[in-house]
Amino acid sequence: MFIILGAVLFALGLYGAFARRNVVLKLVAVNIASSGVFLVVVSAAPTLPDGGTDPLPQALVLTGIVISVAVTAFGLALARRLATDEGRATLDDKEDSS
Amino acid sequence: MSLAPQVLPWAAALALALPLLAGAACFVVGGRTAAALALGVAVLSSAAGLVLAAGVADGGVQRLALGGWAPPLGIAWRIDGVAALAVALTGFIFAAVLVHAEKSLDLLRGEGLSEAFRPLALVLLGGLNALYMANDVFNLYVTLELVTLAAVGMVALAGDSAAALRYLLVGVIGALAYMLGCGLLYAAFGTLDLDLLAGRVQPGGTAGAALALMIVGVMAKGALFPLHGWLPPAHGSAVAPASALLSGVVAKGGFYVLLRLWLDVFPATGAAPAAAQILGTLGALAVLWGSLQAIRQTRLKVLLAYSTVAQLGYLMVSLPLIATAAGHASGLAGALHLMASHACAKAAMFLAAGSLIATRGHDCLADLKGAAHDHPMTAFTLGLAGMTLMGLPPSGGFIAKWLLLDASLRSGQWWWAAVILGGSLLAGVYVFLAVSWSMSRPPGEPSDSQPPPLPRRLEFAALALALVAMALGLVSAERIP
Repeated sequence: MFIILGAVLFALGLYGAFARRNVVLKLVAVNIASSGVFLVVVSAAPTLPDGGTDPLPQALVLTGIVISVAVTAFGLALARRLATDEGRATLDDKEDSS
Repeated sequence: MSLAPQVLPWAAALALALPLLAGAACFVVGGRTAAALALGVAVLSSAAGLVLAAGVADGGVQRLALGGWAPPLGIAWRIDGVAALAVALTGFIFAAVLVHAEKSLDLLRGEGLSEAFRPLALVLLGGLNALYMANDVFNLYVTLELVTLAAVGMVALAGDSAAALRYLLVGVIGALAYMLGCGLLYAAFGTLDLDLLAGRVQPGGTAGAALALMIVGVMAKGALFPLHGWLPPAHGSAVAPASALLSGVVAKGGFYVLLRLWLDVFPATGAAPAAAQILGTLGALAVLWGSLQAIRQTRLKVLLAYSTVAQLGYLMVSLPLIATAAGHASGLAGALHLMASHACAKAAMFLAAGSLIATRGHDCLADLKGAAHDHPMTAFTLGLAGMTLMGLPPSGGFIAKWLLLDASLRSGQWWWAAVILGGSLLAGVYVFLAVSWSMSRPPGEPSDSQPPPLPRRLEFAALALALVAMALGLVSAERIP
């Protein structure tokens, strides 16, 4: 159940990251996608012999959240510099025509 | 040489902790102290790699359990010959780049940029060293993220926020796909340790899906075709010493992880032959497409960046060769040689480009006329490193391509040989373009004006890297089967 929800969130976030043009919205979409990944990893955790849940995936997700916070902060700082330096909030896809 | 077993864990810990600590220290102290500190740490890290290599040659593959907790409970490092030599070579490249950066960054943009460059470079070095030694799919994820964050910071140094953001977004999405794969692997097989996974992985849907996600993630991080779109703008716009580190060393990080997964986990899934053909085909496209794009470029750094895309393609072409029994040994040796020699050569070329930019203020190919006349050593460096890219003997690139050709013929897959040879021809064209512009004379009278000054150490730093790329071919030639 939660695995499916997580997969849907991941797919939604992935779509948003590519479809949105605004950089801040892209970062939000990436965060939605990472929530989806974290949900899948936590809820797919194997069950221990004594009936409890294996805590290791939770530790992985905790690390993942920390990294995600750092990446988001860095991304927002870059987005802010993009806005102040060049006055735009999008990555226009000039992409050297390839 | 017999090394006490107590020395090796210290060398490994030094290679990881020293750059990270020194990176933090560079924020506190500045100026000459920080410059000396950064250079010293890079040299020490390289020395630690040599000690580890001696230890591996002496006592075989080293496994270090952190804090004495062995897997499956704890986390282990594994230091094999590849990891040890990677640590040594990376430290050397960082040292050369730092020497160059101290002068060229300030020439380029005025005082202060090198202050920001040092901590980023040191964190990058620490992250890469950890990446080489990690033996755990999740640790590989964490170290890849560390490397990506520092690398994005380096791109942002040049002021091109758009290229940096694009790199960051692709990197994060790749990391998410990779982490999803990690979670699935753990859910299915109950371990993240590469050695344990190798024994436990069963063919099936979960393993296939997990590895597919991880490979796609790593390909996005490592700019492997067709997920390379972020690399040319990022590497082309970064300051030259940063491009040298990114294109030379960081770009290989993604493939290094892919190779570790490929060698340890993949054989057990039974999906290796099919996946190898797909990845090899993508690699062949990368070789062709990257080379053709490189030929079309009008700026030296962007040309070099597209050449990196092409050279990473060769690494993927090596996968179908490694997957066969007949081509395994020479295919693997070829891929590793290519990583090492390309790392040195491409870093040398970017540093040479940086020297030219520092004196001329730009890197438009058409305006490089007369560069060889003004700065013969830098032009020589470009040509020497270019030989490695083309794979002319006796360079390191020649040995690498020879090994790959040998592997493709041994395993009866002659079409990969055609790709390798065709790619070398195209590389010849773009290296010739880069070198020939600098050799041609400026129009009109040969001017008597003094060439713009270029500090000696800029030229020597680049030349040292190009010479090592060449020496890699000479040193290893006698070991060729």
